[in-house]
Amino acid sequence: MKIRIRYFASLREIVGQSEETLNVDAGTRVSDIRTQLLTRYARLQAILDRSVCAVNRSYVHAETVLHENDEIVFIPPMGGGRLLWSR
Amino acid sequence: MEPLIQLTREPLDRNALVTVVSHSSVGGIVVFEGVVRDNARGKQVRYLEYDVYEEMAEQQIRSIIAEAEQRWGVDRVAVAHRFGRLEIGEASVIIIVASPHRAEAFDACRYIIDTLKTTVPIWKKEVATNGEEWVEG
Repeated sequence: MKIRIRYFASLREIVGQSEETLNVDAGTRVSDIRTQLLTRYARLQAILDRSVCAVNRSYVHAETVLHENDEIVFIPPMGGGRLLWSR
Repeated sequence: MEPLIQLTREPLDRNALVTVVSHSSVGGIVVFEGVVRDNARGKQVRYLEYDVYEEMAEQQIRSIIAEAEQRWGVDRVAVAHRFGRLEIGEASVIIIVASPHRAEAFDACRYIIDTLKTTVPIWKKEVATNGEEWVEG
């Protein structure tokens, strides 16, 4: 199935693009996408360690299962403080 | 009124936003304006760049305002945030709350800016004389 991933701020600069479409297996979780990204872009490690994730514009946990056409975004820390959601 | 939410690359217009929340029932208007300063953690800042996940930011701001309206009974709120490149002294964010009495307006305004800073996907890059970095909390 296809999902859309968008990159912002430091992530966008590291991956060199603002979005892409990924082909993933049914049952893929947020944590699987994170692992895939780290394989492709080792430099994302530090930033992903401090990021939370949103699917379809809502914060979600790492074990959330993705569906066809979902929009996933890893959200690095914002300047004003820390997010309390766990990864 | 429906809250006004504005995410824009253009300079923010404080007076226009005050006009939007004004009403004959209003006894106090609290304005918080965040502006770009020329220094941060010992660095000389040249300018800032803001990046925003627009669709989600708007949704998050909407829910923060709804929470403030419920907690303090205010219903005349405007929130504007600028993105792209901002020069020293320019406004990056403006929060305006108008209400019959000042206490609710102050509290709601404070809540909105504090919560916005931690939960709304808007990022700031400081471009300083000795390099640049995305700022983290």
